[in-house]
Amino acid sequence: MAKIISLTIDGHAVSVPEGTLIVNAAKRIGIDIPVFCFHPKMEPVGMCRQCLVEVGRPVIDRATGQPVMEGDRPKIGFGPKLETACTTPVSEGMVVLSQSEKARSSQKEILEFLLTSHPLDCPVCDKGGECPLQNLTLAYGPSASRYLFDEKHHAEKHVALGDKIFLDRERCIQCGRCVRFQENVAGDPVLAFYQRGRNTDIITSSDPPFDSIFSGNTTDICPVGALTTADFRFGARPWEMKAAASICSLCPVGCNLTFNTRREAKSGGRVVIKRAMPRQNEAVNEIWICDRGRFGWHYTESEARLAQPMVRKNGRLEAASWKDALALAGSRLAASKKETVFLATGRLANEDLFNIKQLAERLGGEALLYTPAAGGELTTKYGFSTGSDLSALGAGTILLVVAADLYHAAPVWHLRVKQAAERGAALVIVNAAETKLDKYARKVIHCTPEAIVSKVRGLAQELGDLLTAAENLVVFFGGDASTDLASACATLLESRRGKPNNGLVGVWKHANDQGALELGFKPAAGLAKSLKGKTVYLAAADPAGADPQLAAALREAEAVIVQELFLSETAKLAEVVLPAQAFTEREGTYTTGERRVQRFYPAVSPRGAARPDFVITALLAKELGIELESRSARLVMDQIAAAEPAFAGISYGKLAEVAEQWPLIGRNDLYYGGTSYQNSQGLGMHLDLVDKKA
Amino acid sequence: MLAEKYPNEVKKIMAKYPPERKQSAVMPLLHLAQLEKGFVDRHQITEIAGMCGITETDVAEIVGFYTLYHDAPEGKLRIQVCTDIACALRGADVFLADLCARLGIEPGGTTPDGLVTVEAVMCLAACDKAPMFQLQGPEGISYHENMTVDSTVALVQTLRDSGKEVR
Amino acid sequence: MTTLLLCHREIPGIDQIEVYRKNGGFEAFKKAVTGMKPQEVIDEVKASGLRGRGGAGFPTGIKWGFIPNTIWPHYVVANADESEPGTFKDRELMESNPFQFLEGMAIAAYATGANAAYIYLRGEFWPVAARLDEKIAEMEAAGFLGDKLFGSEYSLRIHTHLGAGAYICGEETALLESIEGHRGQPRIRPPFPAVYGLYGKPTVVNNVETLANVPLIIAKGSGWYRSLGTADSAGVKIFSLSGHVKRPGNYELPFGTTYRELIYTHGGGVVDDRPVKAIMSAGASSALIVADDKALDTPMDYASVRTLGADLGSASVIVINDSVEMSWIINKTIHFFKHESCGKCTPCREGTYWMLHLVERISHGEDVQANTELLHSVARQMQNKCLCPLGEFSTMAVTTAIERFPADFTPSTVGGKHG
Repeated sequence: MAKIISLTIDGHAVSVPEGTLIVNAAKRIGIDIPVFCFHPKMEPVGMCRQCLVEVGRPVIDRATGQPVMEGDRPKIGFGPKLETACTTPVSEGMVVLSQSEKARSSQKEILEFLLTSHPLDCPVCDKGGECPLQNLTLAYGPSASRYLFDEKHHAEKHVALGDKIFLDRERCIQCGRCVRFQENVAGDPVLAFYQRGRNTDIITSSDPPFDSIFSGNTTDICPVGALTTADFRFGARPWEMKAAASICSLCPVGCNLTFNTRREAKSGGRVVIKRAMPRQNEAVNEIWICDRGRFGWHYTESEARLAQPMVRKNGRLEAASWKDALALAGSRLAASKKETVFLATGRLANEDLFNIKQLAERLGGEALLYTPAAGGELTTKYGFSTGSDLSALGAGTILLVVAADLYHAAPVWHLRVKQAAERGAALVIVNAAETKLDKYARKVIHCTPEAIVSKVRGLAQELGDLLTAAENLVVFFGGDASTDLASACATLLESRRGKPNNGLVGVWKHANDQGALELGFKPAAGLAKSLKGKTVYLAAADPAGADPQLAAALREAEAVIVQELFLSETAKLAEVVLPAQAFTEREGTYTTGERRVQRFYPAVSPRGAARPDFVITALLAKELGIELESRSARLVMDQIAAAEPAFAGISYGKLAEVAEQWPLIGRNDLYYGGTSYQNSQGLGMHLDLVDKKA
Repeated sequence: MLAEKYPNEVKKIMAKYPPERKQSAVMPLLHLAQLEKGFVDRHQITEIAGMCGITETDVAEIVGFYTLYHDAPEGKLRIQVCTDIACALRGADVFLADLCARLGIEPGGTTPDGLVTVEAVMCLAACDKAPMFQLQGPEGISYHENMTVDSTVALVQTLRDSGKEVR
Repeated sequence: MTTLLLCHREIPGIDQIEVYRKNGGFEAFKKAVTGMKPQEVIDEVKASGLRGRGGAGFPTGIKWGFIPNTIWPHYVVANADESEPGTFKDRELMESNPFQFLEGMAIAAYATGANAAYIYLRGEFWPVAARLDEKIAEMEAAGFLGDKLFGSEYSLRIHTHLGAGAYICGEETALLESIEGHRGQPRIRPPFPAVYGLYGKPTVVNNVETLANVPLIIAKGSGWYRSLGTADSAGVKIFSLSGHVKRPGNYELPFGTTYRELIYTHGGGVVDDRPVKAIMSAGASSALIVADDKALDTPMDYASVRTLGADLGSASVIVINDSVEMSWIINKTIHFFKHESCGKCTPCREGTYWMLHLVERISHGEDVQANTELLHSVARQMQNKCLCPLGEFSTMAVTTAIERFPADFTPSTVGGKHG
């Protein structure tokens, strides 16, 4: 435990751990010291000078080493200069004045300096309305400019830094947050300053430009409108938009998102998503998301989405009513019973998967997970349990990454593993090819894909004491692993089962593959041979689109029923196609690869007649006289919690609980953490390990 | 390629710094690279990034920050006249203006034959020998002190004559 | 008098290793390595009262004493970035008396336990660096650098590193950033280089002239050294004299010599025999001193110059006669600092840019009184807010010119060029 230091800030007493910076100590008691270059997730640099405050310290008598007293309290000595609250650590008995005449005038004067060269284009600036510079200027700034408009520094206003991010060089205040984020947080140092003094500009010299999957985060932490996304710029004003909490659907990390939506004429008067923003969850994605998550939601708003059920008539799919489509599909299932193959993917929510599994069991069929991976079910025994948090790991931990390229497959895990390695965790990588994580690794083994299993089997010996002495071991393994590889990885964890911060993590293809495995879905094997003559019920699975052999096998099936977002290759072969709602249109939960269950909420209204998958399955079941929960996702979760031991204790209410997270971001002082959203809709819960002892 | 053209120099430069601090070599390598064409081009940046184990962006920012590196071609030689306060008190501003007039160019401009760019620079630490300038070119940098317009024009002529032979 | 630092003026060929050796060269280094513990060397330098010659005047021995023996390796870095307008002493030392400087560097390295040392030269000193490389090679060949020196366990290598045109690299943390291959921008202090310096290791950064004094102290003792100069300013100093004097150049004089003696006796008097109007005592970073009799008779040492509202700094004395208006002077200094501002901190980056526009307006005679008041206000507004001294320096001439030479900022006087 760090020593606790007591000080006063603007007359308020505060006690914080030794090493805490004044700006963070103030933040803890609700005193917002304005900053631009400082960001609570990065090392302080003290560049912008916005946070200058008066700092006094007890005067020490040199002879005795004791504080000099003034009456009954220690005499406080103030230096001639103000100090930067962002770089100065607290010390015992310190007195900080952030609102004194001297401090306030300094803050005003720095603002005036920043504004000398800042354009006055707030009315057309994307940041307007959520701009720290604008807000601080309104709060503290001078009412008139002493600077001549004609003498303002002019620079390029629409510089494409790559295809995702635009730079406005005039608006840039040279705080360097973007440069430092790329270098220190993302580990992709592809932004830099060019020239110097007032001519300082942001550049990128990578090929392709701004080559980083984390680039969008720079627009969140940019304290002005210098960096904007090509996707959102000029799209909407911040105050016109509503916020809906969600979870990214694109990989098993489960980054917490906020969708910003707006009803707009150009979208036919509908409410549409304008942008996806990170939502803080320090145990999952902190305040970052990758560019796939930030820009990858557009598919949910595609014009190609299915809006009507369809049934095959005379060899062609034609629009049909729900009643007719369900009746036809129901009759097929009634006929096939246990000769039905139920195939789903982790694109579905836990609630959807649960209902499908219920239906399969009632019909005597088997619920299969359509996935390239085998052996995934081992993660339900060897995975993370309650209390695990990658951000708590450092020295004493071994992180093993096997047959996976986290940077591309699960980018935010790449960030978190990199950070753990930087905190002292030993990173060991076994891969067929080089990855961006290699440079942070203690040990890298490159071998042929076929040799990976034997290399992993040899690790216990190869790592020796390092492995046995390690407090924690986390193994990430690739999403198309074999059973052999999965069990080789699991073997390393045998003695650590159920211990927090130890576990096997699958780098799955979809957001909720883990949920499917937890609910008992078995990875499908040998599908091409087993579909002939069967009725195949597919939800969010498109084997025909991925594999011509499976397309051929589906053509040999007795009947194919598909519920989907799009008319996929598989849907094109179906007899009945049922339109499903996107995750942006409904409630539900995903289980991350770290076995954390998290809620997402509806952001926009459903497309056409589309329905949530769990409802569709329930309606289909009803045709067969089977009652499944269809009233709400919340009620399905209650059933899951009752039926599935791993989910025991989980409820929508619990999933929505929040606790204060550090740093405190997403409040009115946007200059502190950026425009990432505060989490007020739920941090989620870890699944428990059902049988902790082997 | 630097590594092929100046193998000994590159080796010497790399040996100056601890093996795990190769980034330190970026400035001397840029000095070496610039000898070729008087500026640093994209290919050289890529090569130096590789030698130092850093990104091209990391190299480019060094070119941008330090004024002795140039990112675009100018005259083959640069006459950089100090016009800072101490030199100016000894007539450096007048010297620069007169020199440019004699060469028929504006300060910052390049002679029509592309040989010489004349520009004003900040203090060169030769305040007692003004007017003075440094000559930046394929041989590196040299100081020319206590100069007159005549002696400078004569120097340019000598360089022009020898320059033709070199080319 | 006999020169101690600029001794090449009296001993021809002192830049040749044999000549340097014949004149007692490397004896001090040998004495230190073979006969003194590192701490004894530090104590001797502490006792000598030697203060840094780069401008800040920090006691050298105390600086060396800050190096912790718990973190290794250690580095010594010579600051040869000499870029302050009006300063040209280090170049002469390195060109003409290189071994004395290199020996001082070697002693500093021994005292602080460094096995590697770097000389950071401004990029313009390319030929100087090339010659130093030769001298270093000669020292290695003669056994004064390399492994197991003088039969001891002590080893040392010295390397040159060229900058590339950035005044800010004279600031020691920016200099270290530059050696590391980064933009030369100052670091936040603390931590100080003594603890977190080059490559994050304990590092001593000393000016060239400072180091050139060290062999004298070790050879002749701190008591002898202390007897030179004044009570608070021990030893000799090289004064770089420039501007409106008949004989500009470097003058090695004891601390305490007056401005009058420097300008009239050594510098041969003022150009055109006009009166001195102003003195910049520490290059372009200085406050402007009104050159009245009191100022001219002020001894040049750290304490006395401070009574004039200025600093001795690097002792780069720029003499300005009465043909010049102070608006022209600060136009020059602001141009310089605006060009050299690294851009890292807001007040310096924006303030120098703003001041430049204002001084240009003043120089063009635009609304002189209002613009002068605004300029003064902007300069004051920068003070005490900048990340490093550069931004603070940029305001010194500005505020003192306006405060001490008000007559030079009237509509009828501005715009006048120097005579």
